[in-house]
Amino acid sequence: MSAVDTAQWQQMAQRMASGDCTLFGLWGEPGRVHMAVLDHDAPAIAVHSLDCPDNSFPSVSAVHAPAIRLERAMRDLFGLDPVGLPDTRPWLDHGPNPTAYPFLPVEGESLHQIAVGPVHAGIIEPGHFRFTADGETVVRLEQRLGYVHKGIEHLMHGATLDQAARLAGRTSGDSTVAYALAFARAVEAALGIEAPPRAAWLRGVMAELERIANHLGDFGAICNDASFSIMLAHCGILRERVLRCAAACFGHRLMMDRIVPGGVAVGLPADGAARIRSLIDEIRVRFTPLVELYDATASLQDRTVGTGILHPDLARRFGAGGHVGRASGRNFDARRSIGYPPYDQLRFEVPVREEGDVNARVWIRIKEIEQSLALIEQMLNRMPEGEVRIAIEPTGPCEGMALAEAFRGDVLVWLRIDAAGRIDRCHLRDASWFQWPLLEAAIEGNIVADFPLCNKSFNCSYSGHDL
Amino acid sequence: MTLKTLLQGLRPPVTEPVPALDDPELAALAAKLDRTAQRRLGRSLSIREVDAGSCNGCELEIHALNNAFYDLERFGLRFVASPRHADVLMVTGPVTKHMRQALERTWRATPDPKWVVAVGDCAAGTGVFAGSPACIGAVAEVVPVDLVIRGCPPTPTQLLQGLLALLQS
Repeated sequence: MSAVDTAQWQQMAQRMASGDCTLFGLWGEPGRVHMAVLDHDAPAIAVHSLDCPDNSFPSVSAVHAPAIRLERAMRDLFGLDPVGLPDTRPWLDHGPNPTAYPFLPVEGESLHQIAVGPVHAGIIEPGHFRFTADGETVVRLEQRLGYVHKGIEHLMHGATLDQAARLAGRTSGDSTVAYALAFARAVEAALGIEAPPRAAWLRGVMAELERIANHLGDFGAICNDASFSIMLAHCGILRERVLRCAAACFGHRLMMDRIVPGGVAVGLPADGAARIRSLIDEIRVRFTPLVELYDATASLQDRTVGTGILHPDLARRFGAGGHVGRASGRNFDARRSIGYPPYDQLRFEVPVREEGDVNARVWIRIKEIEQSLALIEQMLNRMPEGEVRIAIEPTGPCEGMALAEAFRGDVLVWLRIDAAGRIDRCHLRDASWFQWPLLEAAIEGNIVADFPLCNKSFNCSYSGHDL
Repeated sequence: MTLKTLLQGLRPPVTEPVPALDDPELAALAAKLDRTAQRRLGRSLSIREVDAGSCNGCELEIHALNNAFYDLERFGLRFVASPRHADVLMVTGPVTKHMRQALERTWRATPDPKWVVAVGDCAAGTGVFAGSPACIGAVAEVVPVDLVIRGCPPTPTQLLQGLLALLQS
């Protein structure tokens, strides 16, 4: 972490714009702004901080579009002023009347608009999608998010480590393990301590169980959005088996609050390893024919192949993480590219494809499920003995940053602990920040009816984004 | 071959037996409900889910109600796409300021008689988001609530027990 001046700040923005490095996070606090940058030469994340006593700073998005929504959010949350920001409409702050929002103007003959949300037809999170269509074809999608803004960064300010860990684990419930992991590792980095080895390995088991459960759910749901409901039924059974195994081994179906700063809150019970092994066996037996079915069903392939193509160049510019990036040629996975325990001691492959369509995003998930099963087996075989949690006495001021690879992409957590051992500031950046804008690009030229497929194949988080 | 293997996955049947309403709060709620309305609806309820600020953990477990283990539809309960088709609103989240209007409009769009079920610790009383200026708080502060199902998130079994309480007189 380094302090930079205005000239260096602008230079970093230029380097991002020219593709020398990737914007990894951009956030603020009163009087100071921070950017996280992924350097391509030596894969590592650097945090640069710029003091801005008058709360104004040179806009990054003036030269690098992926920063636009992040800077709009900084204005809304902290009153910071990115000078040169190309789009100054509010983003996370909807003001007193949520329906009053200036959508971008659309002009042209025979165009019509379809307004969807914030309350959607299915059991999903709220957000608004404004489609402009020419007949069946989408010519523009504009998203409006922020409906589930809960003031997480506000609540973090002054929270105890326990309170903050619980909040972090509820930033996006489907990634609760990944968030708890990133938060715990950021605290540990700030305090200069390490969780015991066995804790790191148990964290890995939980993270992979979470990944498998979510990928199974997505695989079924994507097929269901193409009206192939048998896949949802079978994947639903497998997902439920994962959650029940998690509840039996760790005491909570989604494994909330199991990863804490200093280690893990629960150990593996005596029959835990055997339960997980039998789960792995069952998934292997049941999942293979489902994949064959997916691959052999022409009507399903007809919907997913060639649909919602995300161009690799866009994925690279926006630093798209997870299956969105890896289905469009961006070879980045925080577990390997940055590396953290226990993955630095495990063997696994990171699947990457180039097509960038719904089908590619499905296949990334299929391959990752297989990798995660193998990872859990390795972890169970070589699980170190010993304690699973060390006591923490937080003292500050100190800062820490950590990454964790959630099922939908990298989660970044940066935090500062104050002299009293409480959280002074904590920023949690979901992978969705860099994926949502790309969905707008991927849907262009597709038919309206394929939007659910495209949307589900991205599966961005609303809550993780809205904070 | 594939089909045969798939069908084997369903044997023995995975569907859970009907959960007992062991919670006295739920039994009391069931007794209190308007019997006339219950007779009119019979054993069929249509549910509209509204995320009013949830972290999406509750949504995952509500989704699970549709899987083969819980098989919600065997009870005549089903999720519908519009509040106009709904008898029950299942609301999650520590109602955010930004979702207040949408929740109120959804409630108004739901025809009478209707019930509101607040799902999860946030919907019950703001949960870990208590004190946030961006949240209004419990669902009951925005629309009248008939049943609260606590949990972070509540398990599908707890959700099922709550919904069955609505059906029993």
